[in-house]
Amino acid sequence: MTETVQAAPARNRRTSGTKTSRRGGAAKPAADAETLVGYYRQMLLIRRFEERAARAYTEAKIGGYCHLNLGEEATVVGLMAALRPADYLFTNYREHGYALSKGISADRVMAELYGRSTGVSKGWGGSMHLFDAEARLLGGYGIVGGQVPLAAGAALAVSYKGGDEVVMCHMGDGTTAIGAFHESLNIAGLWDLPVVFVVINNGLGMGTTVEHSAAEPELYRRGAAYRMESARVDGTDVLAVRDAARTAVERARAESKPYLLETTSPRLKGHSVVDPARYRSKEEKEALKAADPLARMALELEEAGILSHDDRDKLDAEVTAEIDAAAAFADQSPSPDVSTLFDYTYATPVPGELRRLPADPVFGS
Amino acid sequence: MANVTYRQALRDTLRAEMLRDENVFLMGEEIGLFEGSYKITEGLLKEFGPRRVKDTPIAEEGFVGAAIGAAMLGLRPVVEIMTINFSLLALDQIVNHAAKIYGMFGGQASVPMVIRTPGGGGQQLGATHSQNVELFYSFIPGLKVVAPSTPAEASAMLKAAIRDDDPVLFLENLALYNTKGELPAAVEDIEPAEIGRAAVTRPGTDITIIGYSRMARVAAEVAETLAAEGVSAEVVDLRSLRPLDRATIVESVRRTGSAVVAEDDWLTYGIGAEIAATIQEGAFDWLDAPVRRVAMAEVPLPYAKSLETAALPSAESLLTAVRDTLRATGRTLEPAR
Repeated sequence: MTETVQAAPARNRRTSGTKTSRRGGAAKPAADAETLVGYYRQMLLIRRFEERAARAYTEAKIGGYCHLNLGEEATVVGLMAALRPADYLFTNYREHGYALSKGISADRVMAELYGRSTGVSKGWGGSMHLFDAEARLLGGYGIVGGQVPLAAGAALAVSYKGGDEVVMCHMGDGTTAIGAFHESLNIAGLWDLPVVFVVINNGLGMGTTVEHSAAEPELYRRGAAYRMESARVDGTDVLAVRDAARTAVERARAESKPYLLETTSPRLKGHSVVDPARYRSKEEKEALKAADPLARMALELEEAGILSHDDRDKLDAEVTAEIDAAAAFADQSPSPDVSTLFDYTYATPVPGELRRLPADPVFGS
Repeated sequence: MANVTYRQALRDTLRAEMLRDENVFLMGEEIGLFEGSYKITEGLLKEFGPRRVKDTPIAEEGFVGAAIGAAMLGLRPVVEIMTINFSLLALDQIVNHAAKIYGMFGGQASVPMVIRTPGGGGQQLGATHSQNVELFYSFIPGLKVVAPSTPAEASAMLKAAIRDDDPVLFLENLALYNTKGELPAAVEDIEPAEIGRAAVTRPGTDITIIGYSRMARVAAEVAETLAAEGVSAEVVDLRSLRPLDRATIVESVRRTGSAVVAEDDWLTYGIGAEIAATIQEGAFDWLDAPVRRVAMAEVPLPYAKSLETAALPSAESLLTAVRDTLRATGRTLEPAR
């Protein structure tokens, strides 16, 4: 089910590129019908949310950049199922699904995408910068790798205070090339920090393949350089992801040790909403359909007699209505008032802060 | 009251703040076992242990980012970056993260962190170890940048910086560490300064000299020389580069009618450019002469002592610029040369 590397040096195996290990012949992880349908519903919610976000973007309701979790739904739900509500999450800019699965309402996530004051970040962050203190989502981050040192620091704070929370930190495959990744893994290893680094490998950093940017394309093996336990898991299999993440999270909690988990899943569409992905061949695009985790789970649930075709349609209608309501909520929510423009520059007010609009003089009004 | 070095004031203030608040802890390269490259953290590892005095690997981006993350969860890290030159390795974390987190997430998390770091040239450290790049940070909304020039100010401002809920870049200077000054009280009783206030450290009527950090001390020295010649120079110590206390600058120049800015950074786009623009906008009708700037020569600072000395601002170069400016006002008190 998962390939695991212990803290010992990696064996010299032939690399298999981005081909992911599947559950294969191993025994399926257990979950009851209700749990499975719950996971499926969350995955479906993410799928419908992202489709709606793409539509809203073309309708110019959403601005800036907009990166979708399409193809990543099983990874999202599996990872979030392994966390306790008190655990902290740092993630990157491809993050809508994580916010939803961490327990934030679709209304507040969609409102943030629309740039409204009812959004999770009050309209200050947009798609790439979702944050909710209560849900302990400590940010989506738009700079590749920026969140990785922050997550190590949050884990340092947990450990300093003697807490039992775990910090999970997501990043894309491309992030494993950046210096901040290596500096943070070294620090986390050195200081025994309770943090789980998750590399969400969708095979592409924008249009650059993993093989084109990583000298060691089996990205989870990078943990060995920091004597960090690591594993790779099939990111289209929600239960496999959940179980691999649980192992990582509970090890971090119990032993205060960092862990590097790699998930592999397809990116069904372009890098962002505006990317038509012309760098992908027709064959590649065809193959993506077969790799769709949502279709795969629907089929599995139907075959197992857990969720019939009709029940699935009912669920879909329910979820679609929820997303429609979220879009309506966002659309009807007010834009932030211009009078609030200077509210969040400093947490401790200071004299001398310039509060001027572009045409205003520095002195006088 | 005690006459202490700038270094001692910093060290004793760090210790006092660590005793006062359990959430205050130190991070940086060589600050523990080695006791700091400039010995600011001397004895603190022994007293507080490795939980509160953390030696870091050489990874500025990593440990500055880790400090930000720890601050987001309510701790108050005080990070030492060995010199401001090395802060460039952490630029992404300081500019894109520390400065943005409060605003970008709608005020949900603040970053109560201090980065202590010395600038300064004149030590023959060559081009990469002698820069004064505080401007980069002073440019960024969301950051606060303070630059105390005396031991008393260093203590009061370090307290303020540690207790502030925003990221503060605390600029020290290699040339100031051994300078001495009186503390107004025992370190634990010193009142925190108010960040964002400049000070008129010497009142005068003929010209305003504006400086910060080392150059505020040089300005005071120059004012003393001028006093002996019958010139009354007012000295404004900026103390805070962001926010900038524009009111104090403009008020002073409106009274004296002329100004010279003394800065240790490069002239083009430097701190002095902002001060000169501020004076132009706030005191245009009061100016009797153009605002002059005394700044480093626009070269990567050379190693050879002869070249380094020529490139750096000094009391002599400041004196020359002040005299030129006084002559330009037509109110010069010195005999024509």
